[in-house]
Amino acid sequence: MTTKKQDDNQAGITQEGRFYSAERLHAMHDMMLYIRRFEEKAGQMYGLKKIGGFCHLCNGQEAVCVGMEEATEPTDYMMTSYRDHGHILARGTDGVAVMAELLGREGGVVGGKGGSMHMFDKSKNFAGGNGIVGEQVPIGTGFAFASKYRDDKRVSITIMGDGGVNQGAVYESFNMAALWKLPVVFVIENNQYAMGTSLSRASAETHLYKRGISFKVPGIQVDGMDVLEVERKMTEALEHARSGQGPIIVEMMTYRYRGHSMSDPATYRTRDEVDEWRSGRDPIVRLQKQMVEAGLATESEFKQKDKDIKKEIVAVAKAAEAQPEPELSKLWDDILTDEIPNAYPYPRQVG
Amino acid sequence: MSKITYREALNQAMCQEMERDDRVFLMGEEVAEYNGAYKVSQGMLDKFGPRRVIDTPITELGFAGLGVGAAMAGLRPVIEFMTWNFAILAADQIVNAAAKMKYMTGGQYDCPMVFRGAGGAAARVSSQHSQAFENWYANIPGLKVVMPSNPADAKGLLAASIRDNDTVIFIENEINYGDIGEVPEGEYIIPLGKADIKRVGKDITLIAHSRMTGYALLAAEELAKQGIDAEVVDPRTIRPLDEATILASVAKTNRAVVIEEGWRFAGIGAEISARIMEKAFDDLDAPVARVTGKDVPMPYAANLENYALPSVAEIVEAARVVCNRA
Repeated sequence: MTTKKQDDNQAGITQEGRFYSAERLHAMHDMMLYIRRFEEKAGQMYGLKKIGGFCHLCNGQEAVCVGMEEATEPTDYMMTSYRDHGHILARGTDGVAVMAELLGREGGVVGGKGGSMHMFDKSKNFAGGNGIVGEQVPIGTGFAFASKYRDDKRVSITIMGDGGVNQGAVYESFNMAALWKLPVVFVIENNQYAMGTSLSRASAETHLYKRGISFKVPGIQVDGMDVLEVERKMTEALEHARSGQGPIIVEMMTYRYRGHSMSDPATYRTRDEVDEWRSGRDPIVRLQKQMVEAGLATESEFKQKDKDIKKEIVAVAKAAEAQPEPELSKLWDDILTDEIPNAYPYPRQVG
Repeated sequence: MSKITYREALNQAMCQEMERDDRVFLMGEEVAEYNGAYKVSQGMLDKFGPRRVIDTPITELGFAGLGVGAAMAGLRPVIEFMTWNFAILAADQIVNAAAKMKYMTGGQYDCPMVFRGAGGAAARVSSQHSQAFENWYANIPGLKVVMPSNPADAKGLLAASIRDNDTVIFIENEINYGDIGEVPEGEYIIPLGKADIKRVGKDITLIAHSRMTGYALLAAEELAKQGIDAEVVDPRTIRPLDEATILASVAKTNRAVVIEEGWRFAGIGAEISARIMEKAFDDLDAPVARVTGKDVPMPYAANLENYALPSVAEIVEAARVVCNRA
């Protein structure tokens, strides 16, 4: 990797021959930090029992969310599992709507019907937020099928974890996607643990980017703690899929700092291991360092920024909390599009 | 009107809808080059080409989920399961994804699609290939369940199901595929959620769907010889159910037998008889009776298989009991 300040009129960083402007680097940094602080706030709100049910945080994995989004067109489809807050925020959905969903409020992204696991924003082409491990993989393949059917050059970014990758549906999808050359990028967020089961205890082949070999789906491995590498490799993968060469697997090597969900104290791994990733490879600290070295920012600027973002998140939580719960009548909404009024079970009725 | 088979009627409905809407496509095992395991899609590959009539690998969960994604992205998939027995492999996508996608997304994403294929017992194919699952799907909010009993209904209901903006579970019957009947030519739509009175009578109401409608009609002929005038009601759409037609019939006859091929426990007959009890208790002159498949996995031997399924004789007997004529 080469890091240097551009000498010409535009300041930035060039890495592996790709130039990132200061403005763009700041935007990537700010979004990663926003997600980090958002998740911390969500964890806090969960502790206060303001968020219920299951809540899966992505602290540590921010570079994957933001680097991918940087490479993606807004018209591309994206879907993931239930660890979805970071991805939907990176797509550009309003933080208040995401927080309101976590709190089960009226203005939540899906009106309080889904909660943490089911974030959807059709206006951003973000299709979940899917709660059954691996379920989104055939669905994402279907979005890619629709793209090819209409020949509209949209790519489906279908994200799963190192746990999801062991579901049969994933291989059914790899096969169909390769057979029909569908424009889909299968992203595997390898955070090393499927709930409490380490990769080596669950996978005979731990190099997950190789999992497509028997379907002729190529795969690449990416340092998922480096937002610039994620952006670069994802751009290549998207080009592959968009140009009609079929699916590709991108394995993002990453790490979640928190437990699988809020109820998980993560006793299956050592404190040292977590610290090693946190202090040695943190994606936000890493980018900050690169930017300071390139003279694009100062440490005190980042400190100020962090303060500002924390303040913003407090305001986000406050605005979300101020919202009312959904009206009771909403219970009956959005079950069918074509309701049949005179047949049982009758719409909006008990019995 | 023309006389065609049940399978040809289904084929006409799909072709009709694919001609009028480019978003509709057919996908499933052997639907294209083989012309359909049961020849329902005969000639469709030639007519519409491989973009819209797509053979899949044997990968039910995968192509059901692909259909869900395609529907969310704005297409209108018709996903064929060779039989509904195999759809169990795809249950996650039907139940966890398609049925609740609209709800779970706060109305943002629809799943306008049809899952279709043969349900019920075929002949001599034993336990894993002879099952009626309509009660499973009928239990789930977000799904509609449609089951035609004759060729005309097959055409009109399938066309309506493809046009419907929700996920429709369309269960055909393998034994009925060769049945011949009068079917309207050209565009033909039967609205979902409408039962049909297949035979008018005044003494007892026989409620039966899919293949069992034919059995009920045969039973009604036998009952007529014995002086019992039976009315046969075919719900056609199982969920949501046109119970008004059923209740009006029971109000007239004061007696009812519900017939289904599936197992008795928590079956469709359980729901329909509960509704009659709740809504028409005072109309009843006798308890509602049920004729169902026996509570056993389907055996292979011909005599055992016959014994496991409901029979016309059992329907006649049940009707006689309900009419105090046993």
